Amino acid sequence: MSDTHAQTVAFVRDTMLDQKDPPLNQVGAVKWIRENLFSGWLNILLTLASLWVVYAVLSHLLPWALRGVWDASNLTQCREIIAERYGAGTSAACWAVLTERWPQLIFGFYPKELYWRPILAFLIFLAAVAPVLFSAVPRKMLWVSALAPFVLFWLIWGGSLWGPIAAILGFVIGWAILTFAAPKIGTLLAVILAIVVPLFYWLVICGPLSDALASVVPLSLRAVATQKMGGFLLATIIGVSGIVLSLPLGILLALGRQSDMFIINKFSVAFIEIIRGVPLIVWLFTASLLLNYFLPPGTNFDLMLRVIIMVTLFSAAYIAEVVRGGLAALPKGQYEAADALGLDYWKSMRLVILPQALKISIPGIVNTFIGLFKDTTLVVFIGLLDPIGLSSSIRATTDWNGVYWELFVFIGLCFFVFCFSMGRYSLFLEKKLRREHR
Amino acid sequence: MATISDPPERGFRLNQLIFDTRYRSMTIQVVAMILIGLLLSWLISNTIHNLEALGKDFDFGFLSQPAGYDINQQLIDYNNQMTHGRAALVGILNTLLVAVLGCALATVLGVVAGVLRLSNNWIVSRLAAVYVEGFRNVPLLLWIVLIFALMTESMPSPRDFRGEDGSSMLLGESVAITNRGVYIPNVVFSRSLGGNEVAAPEAPAAAAATPGTNMAGTYGASRIATGGAGVQTGQANAPDASGGDAGGAAAAGGEVIPTSSGWDWLLILAVVIAGVFGAKVLGKRAAHIQEATGKRPMTLPLQIAAILVPLIVVLVALGASLDKPELGGFNFDGGVHLRNSLIALWLALSLYTGAFIAEIVRGGILAISKGQTEAAYALGLRPGTTMNLVILPQALRVIIPPLISQFLNLTKNSSLAIAVGYMDVRSTLGGITINQTGRELEGMLLLGLFYLVLSLLISGVMNVYNSSVKLKER
Repeated sequence: MSDTHAQTVAFVRDTMLDQKDPPLNQVGAVKWIRENLFSGWLNILLTLASLWVVYAVLSHLLPWALRGVWDASNLTQCREIIAERYGAGTSAACWAVLTERWPQLIFGFYPKELYWRPILAFLIFLAAVAPVLFSAVPRKMLWVSALAPFVLFWLIWGGSLWGPIAAILGFVIGWAILTFAAPKIGTLLAVILAIVVPLFYWLVICGPLSDALASVVPLSLRAVATQKMGGFLLATIIGVSGIVLSLPLGILLALGRQSDMFIINKFSVAFIEIIRGVPLIVWLFTASLLLNYFLPPGTNFDLMLRVIIMVTLFSAAYIAEVVRGGLAALPKGQYEAADALGLDYWKSMRLVILPQALKISIPGIVNTFIGLFKDTTLVVFIGLLDPIGLSSSIRATTDWNGVYWELFVFIGLCFFVFCFSMGRYSLFLEKKLRREHR
Repeated sequence: MATISDPPERGFRLNQLIFDTRYRSMTIQVVAMILIGLLLSWLISNTIHNLEALGKDFDFGFLSQPAGYDINQQLIDYNNQMTHGRAALVGILNTLLVAVLGCALATVLGVVAGVLRLSNNWIVSRLAAVYVEGFRNVPLLLWIVLIFALMTESMPSPRDFRGEDGSSMLLGESVAITNRGVYIPNVVFSRSLGGNEVAAPEAPAAAAATPGTNMAGTYGASRIATGGAGVQTGQANAPDASGGDAGGAAAAGGEVIPTSSGWDWLLILAVVIAGVFGAKVLGKRAAHIQEATGKRPMTLPLQIAAILVPLIVVLVALGASLDKPELGGFNFDGGVHLRNSLIALWLALSLYTGAFIAEIVRGGILAISKGQTEAAYALGLRPGTTMNLVILPQALRVIIPPLISQFLNLTKNSSLAIAVGYMDVRSTLGGITINQTGRELEGMLLLGLFYLVLSLLISGVMNVYNSSVKLKER
């Protein structure tokens, strides 16, 4: 059979045909559009509906935003300019309110000639968080991070430089006790001393010492009262302090909740559930209305400090729950392996358990931070001027009575940038720390 | 055999309390206990001293004193002669109302957005992503204030509805969106169980419909409220909430005035529940027959009928009719008036929480591996059945716990009502009552307790659910 067949074939091709180009509707943009937008009747409907939504939103927003007026001293003038340019009845944004009032939205009522201080503080803050956030930054920079809180405090509030320096001294004392005294008196006693002695120092010696130093060499900036701060400066101060303080507290609470010790466990559970069960607003009102009941008569401390404490406790409870999830997700073998290595509790937590548990809980922790930052707007209800509160006080002036959307857009965009970049950072971190193969 | 295992008995020495791990945890706990006790007693003694210094006592008697302020949205009968306790109850109901409405809408929005974000359609998934990221990354307070401003500034005022070329009502002249709020029709009954001529308590599902005099005076609205809703101080409001119905029904002439009472709605609710139960029984019977004979009888029309027929019968028996809002002198009369504060709070809470729920739903669906779908197809299940029997039960296990905690967040966030002057429990019990009686300590304590009990109840229910759907392992 094969012989006959071989003889009947007149022509056998001995080279391959060139590959043909795929059909036009199977390549490039056309294919992408067919597959992604018009692959079935439901998809076509959805696409058309979405296109209509996009058109409806943009056709209203874009002309309004792009026609906006950037230079006017008040709303009436702004509207006159709009009517002159585009005819009466045209709706256009009055961005002039931002050019006119942006310092207020950002700094609140901070003295104008001192704006360099918060700006410098912000730059130092960026330099301080860089080594914490990105491992590519030289490790030496961590010293900047350690010193930054004191410098930032001094720059923003002003006053004598000796206050922060005297406060740092407390930490130095604690460190010195841990390092030099521990070998002689035993670790446990050293730890207790390292907590008690600095506390005693801060409560009793620190104040008079810094006063004495200030009277000898007065190194001071003009003091600025808390009431003068507002806008995004205030939101950032509260947000950043809350974030920095609540993470360690939250981890401790989570460990307490996982603990076998009955009293520690129950106390942590009660604390977490009570804090989480009540809205932040109620806690803020408690801070502003009730704190005076709970403290010795005559105590009166800064409202912003109270708010920072409340916000810290609040988000610490949430972080504790997130971290507890991470701790619970670890296989029991990890705990047993750490014990088998002979590590004590704190070492096993620090070296084995927490690095893994925290890695799992990164998204939750960052979400809590984002929530905390957004919640800083609630301080408006107890009389601090956050950006939204400032927007209504700008609206209350005769110049800008009736400006809504421009301010909302600006504030919303600022918050969006902050929070969105935090979210992106958390994704970056997750990717960086991912160990398993995918 | 245990000859060498026990250490020699040397009696208890004091340093074992610190260095022996058997006793150390005891020591730590006792120290912690003492510290906590000291802290608490310090706080309590401070409080007692401070209260004494202010000449106050710790007493909840103020709850039975007359409140003396009006509340602009009441689900139950209330006037300013009633007690602070009653006012707190009205506030609690308002909180629960906006929480329930918000949870319902947020679930719908979240599920839709979550599914759309997974869509293969590029533009649809991008739009859903924009919605989710936009709402998640901007403070809720800003959304509330923004939507409130949108309602009060950009909507037509009631007088714009007069004449031909003005604004028009939606849905067959029954819904009016104005800058004073949204007016929707109310269902009223000409043979109401609560009696028709006498003033009947408000229907539970309907927001209070006080007539249009309640913009009289405002105080207590928060500093950032953009105007409008606040607390009535004037005495001019109608003596009873049913006054609004009376105005709308005047056109009906000398007939009985249609009205609605809680009993009507209870009856309807009972009939609907019974109908759903009946439909379930029908479904079970069908499953039984299918098991026995292999043939499934037609059930869907029967099930629908089991729910709808009794409902229609009851509605006809009660003489139900729609009480549409009509343009009166300066405002709309009749129907239900949903205030701007309620609308703004409701929409903002739902949109904001919906964005979070969308992420939860997306995560839940993604968490089910593709192998599950393929396995179901390999068993010969159809796509609908696969979704119902294989995917959803597994996805719901992932979705429900965070979903409930979002519901809790929404309920707690409803205390932002202060921004728009919505009279929730924080504004009544935690706001005006505290201001009037000067009982901050007791008021805040009760307020905190309310939220705490609510959270604990819901998370208790959630724990029961969690343990019931937990993967049954060894």
